[in-house]
Order: sequence, then C-alpha cells, then structure tokens
Amino acid sequence: MMHYLILTMVAIPLFGFLMITVLRTSSEKWNSGIAIATTWLQFIASSCTAIYWLSSGHHPVNEKDWTLYTTHDYEFFFDFFFDKVSAAFVLVGSFLSSLVCLYSRTYMHREAGYRRFFQTILFFFLGYNITVLSGNLETLFIGWEILGVSSFLLIAFYRDRYLPVKNAVKVFSIYRIGDVGILLAMWLSHHLWHANVTFSELASYHEVHDHIAHYSGLALAVSLLLVLSAMAKSALFPFSTWLPRAMEGPTPSSAIFYGSLSVHLGLFLLLRTYHFWEHQITVRIVLFSIGVISFVIATGIAQVQSSIKSQIAYGSIAQIGIMLTELSFGWIDLALIHFAANAFFRTYQLLVSPSVVSYKIRDQFYHFVPREKHVPRGLSTRLAYGLYVLSLREWNLDTLMHRLLWNPVKSLGKRFDFLTLSRTLWVFAGLLIAGSIALYSNYSLPNQINRFVPFLFALAGIVMVLKAFTERHNPFIALVMVVMNHFMVVIAVAFNEQYDWREGLLYISGVSVAGLAGYLILKRFKKFEKNLDLHQFHGHSHIHPGVAFAFLLCCLGLSGFPITPTFLGEDLIFSHIHEDQIGLAALVAFSFILDGLAIIRLYARLFLGPHSQSVYEMGYRAS
Amino acid sequence: MKSNPHEKGEHTLHGFDEAETLHHLHHHLPAQAPLKDFIHHNTLHAFQAQPFHHGIATASAIFGYRVSPELKEYREWHRSGKIPDHYINAVLERKKGAEHLAEWRELLLNKKFATPEAPRIGRLRSHWKKHYKIDLDALVHPLLFRTLCSYLDQGIATWPFPITSLSFLEAIRELNQISAVKILKGKRAQQLLNKVDLNITDILAELVGQEVYYHDYLFDLCFAHQGWSGMVSTVESLPQSLLDPRRISLREAIIFELLLEIDALDTAFGPIWAPLSQHIPSNYSPLFSKVAFTQYREVISLWQEALEWSFHDPMVVAIRESPIQSSSSVVSSQAIFCIDDRECSLRRHLERGTGNFETFGSPGFFGVAFFFKPLLGKFTTKLCPAPVTPAHLIKEVGTGTSTSSEVHFSKHAHHPISSVFLTQIMGFWSALKLVIHLFFPRISANTSSAANHMHADAQLTIERDPSQPKEDGLWVGYALDEMTDAVERFLKSIGLTQQFGEIIYVVGHGSSSSNNPHFAAYDCGACSGRAGSVNARVMAYMANHDHVRSSLVHRGITIPATSRFVGALHDTTRDEMFYYDVATLSEPLRALHNKNEECFQIALDANAKERSRRFASINTTASAKVVHEQVARRSVSLFEPRPELNHATNAACIVGRRSLSKNIFLDRRSFLNSYDYRVDPDGTYLHAILRAVAPVCGGINLEYYFSRVDNQKLGAGSKLPHNVMGLIGVANGIDGDLRPGLPSQMIEVHDPVRLMVVVEHFPDVVLHAIAQDPATSEWFKNEWVRLIAIDPIQHHTSLLVNGQFEPYTPLNITLPQIDNVMPMFESNDENLPIQILQAV
Repeated sequence: MMHYLILTMVAIPLFGFLMITVLRTSSEKWNSGIAIATTWLQFIASSCTAIYWLSSGHHPVNEKDWTLYTTHDYEFFFDFFFDKVSAAFVLVGSFLSSLVCLYSRTYMHREAGYRRFFQTILFFFLGYNITVLSGNLETLFIGWEILGVSSFLLIAFYRDRYLPVKNAVKVFSIYRIGDVGILLAMWLSHHLWHANVTFSELASYHEVHDHIAHYSGLALAVSLLLVLSAMAKSALFPFSTWLPRAMEGPTPSSAIFYGSLSVHLGLFLLLRTYHFWEHQITVRIVLFSIGVISFVIATGIAQVQSSIKSQIAYGSIAQIGIMLTELSFGWIDLALIHFAANAFFRTYQLLVSPSVVSYKIRDQFYHFVPREKHVPRGLSTRLAYGLYVLSLREWNLDTLMHRLLWNPVKSLGKRFDFLTLSRTLWVFAGLLIAGSIALYSNYSLPNQINRFVPFLFALAGIVMVLKAFTERHNPFIALVMVVMNHFMVVIAVAFNEQYDWREGLLYISGVSVAGLAGYLILKRFKKFEKNLDLHQFHGHSHIHPGVAFAFLLCCLGLSGFPITPTFLGEDLIFSHIHEDQIGLAALVAFSFILDGLAIIRLYARLFLGPHSQSVYEMGYRAS
Repeated sequence: MKSNPHEKGEHTLHGFDEAETLHHLHHHLPAQAPLKDFIHHNTLHAFQAQPFHHGIATASAIFGYRVSPELKEYREWHRSGKIPDHYINAVLERKKGAEHLAEWRELLLNKKFATPEAPRIGRLRSHWKKHYKIDLDALVHPLLFRTLCSYLDQGIATWPFPITSLSFLEAIRELNQISAVKILKGKRAQQLLNKVDLNITDILAELVGQEVYYHDYLFDLCFAHQGWSGMVSTVESLPQSLLDPRRISLREAIIFELLLEIDALDTAFGPIWAPLSQHIPSNYSPLFSKVAFTQYREVISLWQEALEWSFHDPMVVAIRESPIQSSSSVVSSQAIFCIDDRECSLRRHLERGTGNFETFGSPGFFGVAFFFKPLLGKFTTKLCPAPVTPAHLIKEVGTGTSTSSEVHFSKHAHHPISSVFLTQIMGFWSALKLVIHLFFPRISANTSSAANHMHADAQLTIERDPSQPKEDGLWVGYALDEMTDAVERFLKSIGLTQQFGEIIYVVGHGSSSSNNPHFAAYDCGACSGRAGSVNARVMAYMANHDHVRSSLVHRGITIPATSRFVGALHDTTRDEMFYYDVATLSEPLRALHNKNEECFQIALDANAKERSRRFASINTTASAKVVHEQVARRSVSLFEPRPELNHATNAACIVGRRSLSKNIFLDRRSFLNSYDYRVDPDGTYLHAILRAVAPVCGGINLEYYFSRVDNQKLGAGSKLPHNVMGLIGVANGIDGDLRPGLPSQMIEVHDPVRLMVVVEHFPDVVLHAIAQDPATSEWFKNEWVRLIAIDPIQHHTSLLVNGQFEPYTPLNITLPQIDNVMPMFESNDENLPIQILQAV
C-alpha cells in the first residue's frame, strides 16, 4: 500500500508538470487550474499517506523502485523513502504550494508569462517532492537539480529586465556549489559503502557505526560536503546574500520558494542524512557553529534592512540558523516543528508584505514618538555604528564571494585568452587521438607516470572550461569548449581505471547530442541575429522565445541535467575515481561547477536580459 | 525662477554652474512624493514649456522614453476600427491640407520608418565601461540605494539609521568618523568627505576632469537611477511628505554617489587613474542640444490626434446636440459629487433611478481647504489639492477607538530572542490566517479602508471658538464669515443658487484596498490622495449653519429653511456609501433620507455591475446585487492586484451644466465639473475651476498617459514583484531603483489620449479665464490638455489651437441611441462608444 501511495506522490507532480507543458494552452483558467489541481491532489494524497503511515505503526518505509543501470559493482536506482521528515516536508510543501497557486490564480491575471509561471511552479514542485521523498542520494540529486533550474527560471521570470537575470545567474552559481557537494558526497559514499547506499540503510546504527569507525576520514569528508551543500542551499553563512536577491519574481513565487520551501531544503538534507553524521562530534560542532554564526549575522542584517522583502529573507535565514543548532543537539522534532512554523510564517509575511505601507504609515500617524537626539561617543557607539555599517554592507559577504570564488577563476581563465577555437581544436584532436590510441592498445606507461595521466587530461579539461567561462566574444567557443571538457573527463577517468567503454559512451552521448544541437541552433540563429557576443545581455527571447527554449534544453543537456544519459554517466564516471584520488575528484567536480556556470551564463547572455535592440521598450538597467 | 540656458535653446558646451545644474536636475527628475502622498502629476512636466508633440519628442530623444503608442499599435487600432478612417482624414485635412491627404495617408498607413537613434542619456558615463572596463553602476548602486533608503526609512528597519538628526551628508560624515567600520573605504574618498567646504565641482574635477562635461555627467549619474534621485529631490522640496522628518538634498546625494564612484575606481585601479574626459570623443554633442522633430515624430503626432478625435469628436457631437435650455423641474434631493471620472456612472444611475435626483460635480474638497487632525493622531493631513496651502485646522474630537494590529509586521518578529519563539508560535497561526484570507476575503489590518479616515460619529471642530489661539500657525476651525464665503463660493461655482432640494448630499469619495502600496493613488486627488469624508461633512455643516444661511440671503442665495445638507462618503472600490450626521435631520427629512438611501443603494448596485464588466473574476450576467457583493469581496482580497481600475480610460472633462452631459453615455471616461455660465458671466469662478482642472485632471490624465505608453521607464512596471522600500516607494527586488509612476495593473485598460476639457461659456470669456495665470495657460496653450469652448446659446464649438480659439465643426455622424444601459455591461469589456441616452 505504502508503495503505491509514495509513487502517487511522485506521479501527481510529474503528471501535472507534463500536462501543463504538453497542453501549451494560453487559457489562464487551464494553466492555473492544472497547477491548483496538482497541488491540492498532492496535499490530499500526502495527507492520506501520512494518516495511513501513522496508523500502520509509523515505521520508516523504503521503496526501491526502478533500477536504471547496473554493473558488477554499481547500481543506479530510484529509491523513495518515507518517514516523519518526508511526511513533514511533503505536507508543508503541498499545503503551501496549493495555497500559493490559489493565490496566484487571480494575482497573476493578465501577466505576460502566466503559463510560464505555473509551469515553473509545477517544475519546482516536482523537484521538491522528488527531493523530499528520495531514498538515496542519486534520487535526491535529480530533485535537487530540478530545483536549481526551476529557481533560475523563476528568479529570471521577468527576463526582459537586467537585475532578475543577473541575480538568477548569481543564485544558480551558488546552487552549483551545493550540487557539487552532493556529487562528491555521492562519490565518497560510494567508496565508503561500495554500493549506492539508501537512506534507510543509514538508519541502522550498527552498520553505520562500523563503517565510520573504519573510514573516519572519509566519513567526515562526506558529512562536511553534505553540510556545504546544505549551507549553499539554505543561504547560511557565508552564502546568505543570495536569498534576498532571489526575490525578483512575482511576490507569491518568492514567498513559496525563498520564503519557505526552497530555502529549507539544506536543512532537509541534513535531517535526511542525520543518522550518518550523528555520531561524528566534529560535524555537530560545525553545524552548531554555522547555525549560531548564521543566526547572529542574519539577525543583525535583518534588523537594518529598510526593504520589506530583504528583512523577511534575512529573518528566515536567522531562523534556519537556529534550526541548525537544534539539529546539532539532535532535536529533530523541534527542528521539524520550527521548519513548518517558519515556512508558514514567512510565506504569510511575504504575501502581505505590500500591506506594510498602509499599516505602518497608519501606525506611525497615531503612535509616532520622535527619536531622541543621539549623543555619540565612546567605544560602545563606535562598535554599535560599526556593527550597523557592517550589517548594512551585509558583512561584505557578496564581495567576499566574488573575491574568493569568482575573481580567481576569472583571472585564471583570462590567461587562456590566447586559445582560439582552431588551436584548441587541434590540441583537443591530438589529445583525443593520443588518448584513444593509448587506451585502445592497452599501452601501459610506467606506473609513476600513469598516475599523472588522468590529471593531465582533467587539467586540459579545466583549461577548456575556464576558457568557456571567461569567453566574452564568441558563443561558439564557449559551447565547444564545454563539450570538449566532457571528452577530456572521460579520457582522464579511462586512464584511471579500466571500465566498460559503453559507460563512457553513455556519458558522452548526452553532452555531444546536446552540444551539437546547441551548436546548430546557434549557427542558424547567427544568420538572422548578427551580434551574438557575450559582452552584454542580448535578450533574444524577447523576439525568439521558441529558439530560446530549444537552446535552453540543449544547455540543460550540456550541464548534466537529468534529461540525458549524461546525468547517469556523471555518477558512473565518478565511481571510477578512487577514494584516494581526492585531487582528481576535486578537479572533475570543479570542472562540473564551471561548465554548468559557463553554460547558464551563455544562455543568459544570449537570450535573457533587456532586448538590446529595443532600447525604447525596455526598462533602464537599475529598474 | 532662474533663467536656464538649456531651456532657451543655447545648446553648446559651456562652463559649470553647480546651482544652475542642480536646479535643472530638480526640474527634470520624477516629482513623485512618498507613497502615502501619491499625487498625480504630469510625468514630463519638465517639457511642458514646449508644445505637447515637440515636448514629448524632445523627452524621448534625450531620455529614451517611449512617449506615445507605437506605430504598429496605431495601425492595428486603425485596422480594428478603433481609429475610424474618417478621423485620420479629418486630422490630415486640418493639419496638412486636403491636397496632401493622399501623401500623408501613405506615410501614416504604410511607410516603414527606421528605428529611432539610441537615446542620449548615459552616453557620457558609458565611457567608463568602454575604456576602463569597469561597471561603476554595479559597484555603486547597491550600497548607494541601501544607504539612501536606510536614511529615509520611515519605519521598516527595526534598527534605524543611527544618525537622523543631522542632514544626510553630515550623518554620513559622522557615521564614517565614529564607526569602527567605514562606509567609504578608500583614503581619497574619506579625505574628500571630511573636507570642510566640499563641493560637487571639486569631486568632478577628479572624476571627469573637464568642466564642460560636468552638467551632462550629473544628468547621466542621476538618471541612471531616476527613481531614487527623484525621491531625494522631492523630499528636499517637500520635507513634510515624511512624517519622520529627514534633511536631505539632491546635492548631498550626488556628492555621496560621486565619492562612492571615486572609492570604486581607487579600489580597482589604485590611486592613479585618468579622469573620464580624456576618453570622451571630441565630437560629443551635449545632452540638451536641439532635438529635430522628425517625420516619424510628426506621423506619430498625427496618429495620436486621430486616436484622440475618435473619442472626442463623437463626444462633441453629443454635447452640441444636448438641450440648450436646462429643464427646470423641481427635484426632491440633490447630490454633489466629486468631479472624479469614477463618479460619472454613479451619477447617471442615480439620476435615472426612481429617486428624482439632481446631481452636481465639484472638486472633492468642496471648496474647503484645511489640515485635518484625527483623534489621537500625532500629525495633520492636508485635505485639499496639493498646490494649496490651507490656513485652517479641523480637529476630530470625541470617542476614540483602537486600530487592529498585525503581528506579522511586529518588531518582535526580528528581535533576536523573541523571534525564535514568535516564529514557532505564529507560524501555525499564519497558516490559518492565510487559509481564511484566501477563502473569505475581508477587511483586516492589511486593508487601507476609506471609512477609516474619520470616525463616523466623531465631532469636528468646524466652527472657530474666537478665544482659541492658532495652533501651529493654523486657525482651528472657521469663523462665520469665512464659512459664508466658502459656502457662497462653492454653491456659485457649481451653479446651485436656487431650486434647492430638500436634502442636498455632499458626497466625498475614498477607496478601500488590501495589499496595495499605491493605496493613496486611489483616493481623492482633490484631497491630496485622502478620502473626502471630512470635507463633505465640513461643507454640509457650514451650509446648514443658520448664521451662514442668513448671510447668504444678502449675497443672493436663499436656501429654504427646510433644506438640509448631508455629508457622505462614497467608497469607489466597494461601492458603499456612508452618511454623516443623519441623526440631526428632522423626522420628515429622515424619512426622505431613508427612501433616498434605498435609491443610492440601487444606484450603487448598478454602478458595481457597470464596473464589473472589466473584472475577469466576476460573472457580470448575475443580478446587480450579487455582482455588487462580489465586487466588495474582491476589493479586500489580498491577491487582487486590481481592487478597482481607478482613473483608467479617463479622457475628458466637461465644465458646464449637467444638461450638457446628462443624456450622454460617457462610459466613466469624463470628469464632470458643474458650472453655470449665467451665475458667472465674467468668468471669475471659471478661472478658479480651470486653475484646478488643469493640474488635477490634467495631471491624472498625463500620468496615466505616460505610465501607459512607457510602463517600464515612466510607469512602475508590473506591481507583482514590487518590494516596499522604507515605506516611501516600491522597487523591484532589493537592489532595484525606486519605481515612480503607475504600475501596469492600473493602466493596462487605459487608452492614451489627452484630456479634452469642454467648457460651457463664450470663447472670449474662456480665453480670458485661462490667460490670467501663466501656469494654467501653459497647460492649454501648449496643448498638454485640449480645450473646447461651447457657446451656451448657439452650441457652437471652438477649439483652442496655438493659443487661439478656432471654430470646430465635428464630423457629421449620427450617434447610436440607447434606453437601457445595463445589458451592455454583461457582454463588453472594451471601451464603449459615445451613445445618446433616451429619457427614462
């Protein structure tokens, strides 16, 4: 019975999303109707499931459903899991989504992109439900990726304006860090368990404990990577600045995504893997510290915010910080209640946020007390003012991110400006041929050298993707470089470990088809849109929404989104990197982050932002 | 006012005069006050010294605004019949002569024009990006906006800006000196900030270098974020628009921004970098150099006139055909409404109902200008048109009530300790509230309600106690003579000097909406964006005063002792009426009032039904009563971004006796100002009326016009993503510029046509009335508002062209006749044509 119930809860959002996508109707009634029906059905289904589950003894239920791929030591399967954590998240999620869909039905009336809005909401809803019902990291990762892309699309909902698009790219890049955390955690846990472990297996104390005792370093690394992912996704210190900037879409979407559901998913990840890290005192200390720091800093920043939405955003982060500390003490139930309360509270706060003007002005009119003249002096004023300025500047976290993360990458990338497409293609062809021959002939190099060959190829890949990331002129270079990077990764890993060439093919097939399709689309597009440089946003979706959508699909394929076999291949490829090859794994992971970013940047620059040829129709940049 | 070289057309690069440039900036920046004082005005007021079509063309070329619908829109309207062919011909014949008709028709209908040149604004500063590869806006704007917003914030932040007793720049200076963490990072910027006699010129010398570019540089700088610059400029000139006062000037904001720019450049390039002027090409032409009136602009202007005449010409036909002698049947009751276009339909329903009503229109402050201080209020609000400064204060005295509160806006939600517990407890309460609000919308703490403006049963200090001293320089209440003057002026200006009904309602208006930061834009424009209830009560009180009445007799107005004035309020969103001081009516009048109340109720139901034709969420075929309930429910829904459509579709203003417009179906598109030329043969009252009509109705009309044609740059864009900033404005996201103007939800059904004012008087009197005051005359002569005079005896019409009246003969068309309007509302959601109403 539980089996069917759980599948139903995955099927409803999937069906809703497919329906709104396939129908492509412009009728507001239909579009909002599908969304409302989907979310309400899900709410009913999840309530029934919860009741049934409670009445049948509320034991955690694991459902291994569908094996996609097996080799002798590897299995990729979909797995779902239901316990109180999933129950809380599914219930709160479907409850709030259904209310927000109902709210948006009228609210979004006549807005350009009505259908796109509900489609993206349902896409998000699908990702959310897969994530919170997932039974293993692989399944969770699928949901996680969907959430990332739907967030990007929703922040950039007003795609004709500069700031939403800029912020969408920014948020996507932070999310990407979270993605890689999970990817690496998957890789390490694979080596830790020598199988793709399910969350239910983690729940048995002895098994976990035995393993961790043997591989304490590895286990710690996995936990910390999960924490990193959680920090990025839940906008905890030091990633916090993305959350208020994500509030660019229509208010109800901000309410549900960034006020309530999306932002708690980092917490969910930690709740879900609780049994894995609960015995590691270091992890608990780390969680506690991050929680407290996030709470303190976010509270300070929230207090100085003079805009209503950023105030709510930072308020929410502060509460999530507290939830993290609750979790570090093992108070799961409290954290769950806190999650639900915060989600409801922030959703409502955001939905009524426009009322703040009439409310507060009225309040001020009747209760105003003039401030006393300040008498500054002394150390306490110095510090208080300092804290104020620091909070006003959001502790410079945004600049910090830039300085630590993106600027080094950019300046590194600029060093490869000399790489032209033809030069790189020659090098690439050389490497490809040499690699293939070497692999085909089973030629074995002396062991010492052999250990470095994979690195070499991975590095070549990194160079290409760096070039793609910093390319400013030619979109074709960026696109081709990203594809070539994937080839380099495959060869690198092939040198590392003998594996079935079909796995490599599986991996490459997705990206090359997507890459080729993207290339052809751009090639054709170039015929009627001459200027495709990457210096600025072009906003071509304004005139060519169809092309934009097709190219977006290619981009998703290229960045390993679960619509092509590459997604599976990514995981497979990682399984061939040994647990002692942290460096190689890090390089490959780094190249994954970067190519995702390069691709989404490419898409954003070409198709989003103010349409560069219709200056008079577009808003000015700061608007 | 200082003469300005730019306005005179001297467009060469010249030296820099700080004061003059600041003045020039103030003149061009958006003039929208903080949200609580939303007052409609001509968005492009800076160009009003030029004729309309030239002014907007100049604004477009310089600032990149869209100033009219697009060519393809006009052409589409022509195809769909919205601009009938004969109006194109009529306009072309009048403007270009019959011999050029074919040639110009071809241009209008078929010519492909090249896209206009890129706008001039921003060109100078774009060289930073081009030559220095630095994105100054991205580096400077977020901190600049946040600092300005924090300083001006009226109560969102729980930890307010530490120093607000000093002016903005002084506060920044002190904060920077004392704080352990600096706002400005670099040494140079800090040194400049601390300089005693710091001025803009000094900083520009480092940044830009050559004086000739300073003026344009500052324009580029301020117009990169015209929302914030405009807000600063407005607060500087209207400090009273903030309840919690701040001292800020545009000059200070500019200095701070320039310092931030220096800081950003120093951070990027170290202490040595060349000023911008080194990279400016020598052929740079100044921002305000002459703008050519191109053929494209001329074609657009002709289309625009054709669009306007498509509505105005049939209206003129209908007005000319209206009865010349007004009927003089005796009525039992009269109602004086605001001239607001939203009252147009309610008046029609009331007159055509069973109640034997006569209606009038007058600006909704009813001629009494004062400040109002509600009970327990800490401030006063101005209840009269924005440009007027009242000398009187009306206070509310009597019983006080508390206002409902909303814990979601509570400070505790952000207090470090209480937030944790509050969130836990409040969270589940929020969920419940959300469900309730979604399924049962009702008036709550989130609603801005028309009726909340004044307690219905509160006492007002209308009559002055001679012994009472002035309060804050204001007279508390009116002296008897002042009352008499006010009532006389009021009654004479609307031409109500005889044939008084038994009850005369004075009906102010306000609106109710939820979740609506622009709530003030929905209230009465003649009351500075407030409800008109107090003014209505005050006028009714004065007109009922025995002493006033006996004095009025000597001034030619005899109000029968049995006639009583009753103040009332019409909630235009919910279509509800509130009546004040009914208890003071005599028994027979009370009975009449009860009967009238029913008539009002029927008219309100019908009015709600008429409005509902534009509301997609309502089934308009239901009975008027049912529709009315839905309209009221919808008005306070949290998720309804269109509680009402406000002034959308406004297009005309008729100043004259009701007989001119009574038989015309105007589709709620006209302001209606009652006026009887017989009472005012020399145009004294007319002058006062037109002096208010131009800025109030013209301001509303042009704000709608410009927000409609360029919702991105001159309007506020969609309100759905708006974020409230410091309670003073809205922005998109958290790093966006303030968005003045109207959101797209308010203007989407609006047709961008200029206001046509039709005045019932002889042309020479009208011309004399507008000529007395240069500001008023500018509106009409430069055709930002159009003017037609209708001769009251012959019903000949004349149009004001280039400052002179020319005879205007409308096209020879036959207007459709209609007897029952209601069926139209069940099947149409577009604008309806002018129709002649048959008598009921």
